Formats: sequence, structure tokens, C-alpha cells
Amino acid sequence: MLPMTDIAIVGYAQSPPTFGVQETETQMLFPAVNEALARANLTRADIGFMCSASCDYLSGAPFAFVQTLEVTGAWPPISESHVEMDGAWALYEAWVRLHHGDIDTAMVFASGITSRCDWREVSALQLDPYYLMPLWVDDISLAALQANALIESRKATERNFAEIAARIRGGDADEFLKEPYVVEPLRAHDTPTMSDGGAAIVLAVGDRARELCERPAWIAGIDHRSEAHYPGVRDLTISDAARIAGQQSGVGKGPIEVAELAAQFSHEELVLREALGLTDGTVVSPSGGALAANPVIATGLVRIGEAANQIIDGGRKRTLGHASAGPCLQQNLVCVLEGE
Amino acid sequence: MQRTAVIGCGQTHHKKVRDDLSMAGLLREAAVRALEDAEMDWSDIDAVVIGKAPDPFEGVMMPEVYLADALGCAGKPIMRVHTAGSVGGSTAVVATHLVSSGVRERVLTIGFEKQSEGDTTWGLGGGRSGSVGAGGYFAPHMRAYIDRANAPDYIGPAVAVKDRLNALKNPYAHLKLPDITIEQVLDSPYVWEPVRRLESCPTSDGAAAMVLASEKVADASSKPVAWVHGTAIRSELGQFPGRDPVSPQGGKDCAADVYAQAGITNPIEDVDVLECYVPFSWYEPMWLENLGFAGVGEGWKLVENGTTNFGGKLPTNVSGGVLSSNPIGASGMLRFLEAALQVRGLAGEHQVDGAKTAVGHAYGGAAQFFAMWVVRDEKP
Repeated sequence: MLPMTDIAIVGYAQSPPTFGVQETETQMLFPAVNEALARANLTRADIGFMCSASCDYLSGAPFAFVQTLEVTGAWPPISESHVEMDGAWALYEAWVRLHHGDIDTAMVFASGITSRCDWREVSALQLDPYYLMPLWVDDISLAALQANALIESRKATERNFAEIAARIRGGDADEFLKEPYVVEPLRAHDTPTMSDGGAAIVLAVGDRARELCERPAWIAGIDHRSEAHYPGVRDLTISDAARIAGQQSGVGKGPIEVAELAAQFSHEELVLREALGLTDGTVVSPSGGALAANPVIATGLVRIGEAANQIIDGGRKRTLGHASAGPCLQQNLVCVLEGE
Repeated sequence: MQRTAVIGCGQTHHKKVRDDLSMAGLLREAAVRALEDAEMDWSDIDAVVIGKAPDPFEGVMMPEVYLADALGCAGKPIMRVHTAGSVGGSTAVVATHLVSSGVRERVLTIGFEKQSEGDTTWGLGGGRSGSVGAGGYFAPHMRAYIDRANAPDYIGPAVAVKDRLNALKNPYAHLKLPDITIEQVLDSPYVWEPVRRLESCPTSDGAAAMVLASEKVADASSKPVAWVHGTAIRSELGQFPGRDPVSPQGGKDCAADVYAQAGITNPIEDVDVLECYVPFSWYEPMWLENLGFAGVGEGWKLVENGTTNFGGKLPTNVSGGVLSSNPIGASGMLRFLEAALQVRGLAGEHQVDGAKTAVGHAYGGAAQFFAMWVVRDEKP
């Protein structure tokens, strides 16, 4: 049985995604953190718990989170934690923490600068170090395996991929299909626009949330799941992890008006739509999703923030934000949000 | 809030090089022992939380992705915490919260490091030249402590001897130095003044694992369990004018928070066993003061008069501590785990008779990240 604490998103901001940011990771985060706090009418001193997300392999040095701790102020000392994962998991940790009743606010933030590394090379370093990593198979090559699996099982065609890309990026699917492959069957438009960016979300409990935000985005359900790491032992045409996370977070309990999906590749949207049981009535990734801007580590948190803004500013009633990690959508997190 | 207990503990045999195991094998050795202790199978576990220090230490980015298979996580949640040296403690805190929040009932948590797969000092420096290592960073803080407290030179060596002799009672400990003496420590070369080689932690491969469970599950356990009476974490900025790195405010606040939760008002009287994070000998007296077991400038006296010895009033690091085994990402969790073993009465040869209240402690970064818990043999 899931716990009953009412927890809502009451403030969200992201730094504008760019590629080749001039600032440090910490400097890049400051405006987003300040804006998220301002939206919730809170200061750093008001926050009961903070949780950050960063990745040492993006910054090229250990302890990226020790540097970004500066955005919290952290003096006097604060209650703070960190995940070396997408910021959506930092939000999950904060959501768990808020169930304890001793605090009523939390802030999470996430940052990633992909322009200072060769992400295709670095992405290979998250694979099994003994059997997969030595092959230097990168994220696009692994995604191409999944896309091929969809084509071979007749669940999708390259045109389907191009149509998704055209919807998200603007443009003409026919023109997209004339482009060369990056890794067959994926073309440039099917692969994510790598970005530098950061995002911050402020959470609050119950009446505190109502006091801080006119229309809080309540977390109706949140769950995350993994599946096996080895692409060879999975059916790549489906995502069990997304399906289970979707069920556990209650996606099917009502219509979803907007789903912000961390589909980094166009074909991933097809896999996720099926896994989450989304219908044509759901608007998918109006922000552009992870295809249009992929600030690794912040990407998933941005999806949840954008889904929240659909309620806070957009007046929607029920949305979801999704995050993923690992090769071929290995890990998935689903956060269902509701307005009152 | 749900009552939460440690119902299973497991750790590897820590060694300089565990080349008999892959990284996944290392975690499984600890995890399988924890599951056996908890009388559970992989299928009983609802969620896994792992922790380790920086990824460059082994050269695997976000290893939870690869480890999901070995840890039975197909279809399950797995997450990864990283808070520098305190990570083993913070990871146990996150796992505890998953249960105490009511979100999960049975959580497996594992901290690990396989230092032999990489070069830690290189990793600490981000591959850039000039890394002084952790000891080089902390040495001036220890020197400042010695000068401030006017502590005799042999206190650090005395801690080094105590913890190494304690390690002889722990079958899992890495360093086994049965003949170690204070003279021998004093004769070992300085690595970073005032720290001598024998006053420093080893580099180890190892993992620590615990099963955290809800009251309902813990009540059904056939073995004694350790009830969590409080958890706390604190972070502070690492460098700014006016910060006291010798006795950081974050450590004091973390201790005050966790003691308040557990109803501890006089730590030296109320705590039966302390497992604190001492990678370099002088950190024992420093933490005794920082955590409120001794007054300012008095910590070293608890070493000198044997208070922290096995059989003393506050047995400290009876497992041998970080000075005897240092798989970094597991080192903090081992402190938490050893505290739990003590109140469960399952610590074997290094069991402290009648241990009812134990404190686990870890720190990291520039002595700026802290994690603690209090465990007892009885329910909160």
C-alpha cells in the first residue's frame, strides 16, 4: 500500500538548454535554482531537505556534486543528499523523505554539461565493464539495435520514426528520410540534441503546498523500475520497466492529458507509448522532450517539471513526467501529477 | 512513520585485491550473506539502494545500470547514492527512509568499492596531476587538532594499534597486524605529517550489505534485529573563511539531530558502542569531540585512559574500523552495519557484552558530508 502523504510540485525552473555553455556547472544552475525557489516564494533557508543529481563522467572529474553544493548555500549546514543518476531519482528520494512528517518542503536540482565530453564515447562507460564496455558500443548504436528490433518485428518503420521527429522538431518527414544514417536505421533527426542544462524543482506537503502555489501539481503516483542490463536478454520491442513503473504510479487510473517522455530517440516514444498505455488523446512531449534537448542528468527532471507546469500554469488536470537511464530504456521512472 | 529494523547483515572478506571476483561478484558476496542472515531470497526484496564513492575509482559510470542484473533488479527499483566518503552511511539512510516512509517493506542496501580496479589517488585528482590524496588533504586538520588540544604524540599511534588489534577479532577485516606496537607505528615513515604509514587506512576491495525491513517483517524474524532509532545527514560548504574543518559544524548538527531522535542526552553514558569513520588515527579523538562524547580538547584523553578500548566504557571501532578495512563506498556502511551487529548480539568475537545502543557514523568530502544512525536492540 502506498503512503498517503500529499506531496506537490510548487516550483520549477530550468536553465535554457544550450550546447557549449560558458559558465561552470554551478553557475549554470544558479538561475534555475533561484527561479524555482522564487516561484514557490521560498528561500534556501526555508527548505527542509535538498537532493541533487550530477555525473562525474560528464564533468570529467570526481565530486561534481561537491562543486554544485554551492547553489544550496549549505551554511549553516543542511540536510542534503545526492544521486549519481538523472534528477528524477533525486526527486524520488525527496518524495520519500517528505513522508516522514518532520519537514514540509524539499528542493531537488540536476545538472549536466554534455558539450565538454564526447558523449558517445562516455556513454559506453556505463556498460558492463567486462563484456560490453570493451566493445565501445555507444548509446546511438545500442538505440539502433532497439530501433531495428522494432522494424524487424513490424511494429514500426523508419517513416514512423521520421514522423515523430518531424512532429517534435518541426519539418517534413519525407525530407528527413532522405538524410543519411548515423547508425542504421537512425538518422540525425532520430537522435537527441545534446545539451547543457540544469533544472530545479521545489516540493511541498499538504496545506503548505496550497499556501505556496495557487495550483500545485500533486504527485498522485511515482515509481521507478529497472530491467536487465544486457540488451541480448531483453525483448527490445517492449519496456517492462516502463510498464511496471506506469502501473505502480497509477497511469491507467484516468486519462493523461500530457505526457512528457524522456524519449531520447524517436523510436523510444513508440516503446514508451505502448508500455504506458497512452492513447491518441494524450499530447506527448509538447516541450520537445528529450529529442529536442538532452541535458543528460537533468533531462528526466525537466520532463517532470514540464509536466508539472502543464498543471501549475496550464490548467491541466492530469499529466505525467517520465525519466529513463541506461541503454535502450533500461531504467524508467514515471511520475503522475494531478491538479485539484 | 513506520518502525524500521536491520534484519540482515553481510560483508565481504575485505582485501587489497579481490581478483577472484568481478565487481558484481563482490556486491553479491555481501548481498547473499545479508539475505541469508535475513532468511530471505532475492525475490523477497522490494527495492535495492547502492552507494559508492566517485565512479572514476573503478572507471564505470553509474554502475547501478550494469549491476542491476547481478542484484536481481529486473522489474525492480534500483537507485544509486553518492555523497563522497559518507556515502555508505547516506545510502543506508536512504534505504531506511524507503521503509520508514511506508513506500517499501524490504530493502536491500549495498555499499562497495573495488579499489584494485583503478587508482584512487588518481581518481581523486580527476586524473590531473598534483593530487595529494585524502591523507594529504586532512593532515593539516589533524596537525591543527594536535596543536589546539595539546595532545601527546603517541595518541594517534595508540588508536592505530587499538584498531589493528581489534581487527584480529573480525574475520572480515583486511589488515591483520598481530604484532603491531606503538613503537612500530612511531617508527613507520610519515606519509603526510602528522600521519604515519601505520596510522593510515589501507586501500581495500569490499562490500557491505544490509536488509532493512518494516516492523511487520522484522517481528517475524527468527533472529535478533536492530531497530533504527534515528538517522541524520548534514552537508556544509567545504571552504570558506570562518569554517572550522577540525570540528565541523555539520558533524555537530548531525549528531545533535540523531541524538534528539533517539533520546540520547549524554552520549558518553547513553551509547554502548561507537563505530565512527576513522581513516587516519587522529580522527578518533577529533570525532569523539565533534560527536559530543568528550569536551573540546578532551577527546584524546578517552584514548589515553582506555575508554575507547574493547572492554572500555565506550568501545570504539571494535570491528577494526576504517583503519583496518577501507573499501571506501562500503566503509561508512560498515560502520552502520557493525553498529547493528552489536545491538543484535551477532558480532562474534568482537561482540561487546550487553550492547543495547550503538551509533554508526560516516563522513566525507572535505569533512563536510556527514551521516549517522542510532540503533538499539529494542523498538523505538
